[in-house]
Amino acid sequence: MRSSIAFWNILKKDIKNYYLKPPNISWGIIFPLSWTLMQLMRSPGENILELLPGLMAMSILFGTTSMLAVTITFERSGRSFERLLLAPISINLMVLAKIAGTILFGIFNAFVPVIFASFFIDLGGVNFGIIFPAVFMIAISSALMGLLIAVSAEQVFEAQTLSNFFRFPMLFLCGLFIPISDLPVFLRPLSYCLPLTYGADILKGAITGGSSLSPLLSFGMLLFFTTALFLFSRHNINRKWIL
Amino acid sequence: MISVKNLKKTYGDFTAVNSISFQVQKGEIFGFLGPNGAGKTSTINMMIGLSRPTAGEITIKGIDVRKETKKAQAIMGIVADESNLYNEMDGFENLCFCAALYGMEKDEREAKAYHLLEEFGLKDAGKRPFKAYSKGMKRKLTIAAALIHSPKILFLDEPTTGIDVESSRQIRKMIKALKAQGTTVFLTTHYIEEAERICDRIAFIAGGQIVASGTLPELMGSISHGHTIQFVTSKLAENLIDELQSNFKRSKVNIQSDNTMTMESEGRIPLLAVMSFLHAKGIEVYEAKELRPSLEDVFVKLTGIESAELKRDEKKGDRK
Repeated sequence: MRSSIAFWNILKKDIKNYYLKPPNISWGIIFPLSWTLMQLMRSPGENILELLPGLMAMSILFGTTSMLAVTITFERSGRSFERLLLAPISINLMVLAKIAGTILFGIFNAFVPVIFASFFIDLGGVNFGIIFPAVFMIAISSALMGLLIAVSAEQVFEAQTLSNFFRFPMLFLCGLFIPISDLPVFLRPLSYCLPLTYGADILKGAITGGSSLSPLLSFGMLLFFTTALFLFSRHNINRKWIL
Repeated sequence: MISVKNLKKTYGDFTAVNSISFQVQKGEIFGFLGPNGAGKTSTINMMIGLSRPTAGEITIKGIDVRKETKKAQAIMGIVADESNLYNEMDGFENLCFCAALYGMEKDEREAKAYHLLEEFGLKDAGKRPFKAYSKGMKRKLTIAAALIHSPKILFLDEPTTGIDVESSRQIRKMIKALKAQGTTVFLTTHYIEEAERICDRIAFIAGGQIVASGTLPELMGSISHGHTIQFVTSKLAENLIDELQSNFKRSKVNIQSDNTMTMESEGRIPLLAVMSFLHAKGIEVYEAKELRPSLEDVFVKLTGIESAELKRDEKKGDRK
């Protein structure tokens, strides 16, 4: 009960202090919209439905990794983060509270292109029963990647640089723009080491029916990456934040 | 209340804290006095669970801090060496948030936050964002935040560094009031006067080691043996030393200037006899006072660190 008070208040503070700030709301809306428009302008004849999985995955990836890495690094440089480390709540709970806000932000980001697309096309054929858990799992794994970056970075600019170092290669390797089968052979194993590959494949299957992997396997792999990233981040936090 | 045994912290080849041991009694103000880099913050960070000791034991109210860190943190109030609250939040929100971290219910935390804002003279600033506070106000709110859950022990790392004289005075008053309410206070400082004014016991730390510790009289007594009397007189002649020395054989006489001299002795100095002697020589005595060593003298003698070094730290701190 007492821990839940701390959890809820950390989440509430982050939402109020970071995620509901006008620049971040506009980022959450403008970024997915810009990508959608850019893709439509590049190939006007392309079906919006075909673009949707990539846009959703990208919006989650960029929204979550930037926000978590930057907010934690910002709090650490101002030393307010020490308050959370010194509070009588477990580090696991504190980390969960910190990533909960980011996950919600990622989910919000994911559905901006969906809402935008709903004005132009019929989304009746989209399997939302799969979309919702998939978006949730992609948001968790991406948030944890953001956490991993936050643990490694000392300054906000370092966090931003590290985020891009991870994100851009991931976009080209996860099969969103270039099918994995078209990638050079030596890069293909790397694609299957990325959580986004599995998330994007589930989204493709749920939106266009064009998945190449079994959804069960993809969900399993996302769960595996989420657990591994959490444990690894937890280990790094213990090593780097409690000196 | 607090027991530290053989505590050690190393960073690679560098030893920040070298096997220190001390105890803090319930309800006392215990001060760690030393220059920057002496190991004060390293020690406090290990005690509050923000840093892992390389070796040694820390128990707080019977709780092993290394094994049950979170349990120990629940009874601690912690004020870092920087005012580290949230800039975007106002004073009231900051206090309520800190209370929530300790699991306090909404009504309880709001009531306590209002009470603390009033007690710390920040009631009018309660709705202002933290970033708009002056340094002194920030420091006071940071201390208030550490007290929000009514901790049994308060850790203060350099509580008055870099703030104005009036705020420092208010903070020292608050610390004394906390002691009166039964709170145990552990503070670090490089201000000798601060340690002298508010601490019940002081430990001198230098180079990661405790050089001396004790109450103020104990520390003073550790270097002061005997008595020194300073006389302010009319003009003194140089040859007076020999005459004084032969008349008062158990005393050592020093003429410091044309009209100032001191007499040092293991035992009591016969003041009336000295004054009569000087009077007979046509020298008027305007003032005679006993010189006692200051805490600064004791610190310099025991640590070998010149007080100028501490003063430099004070100036650096003020610029923070």
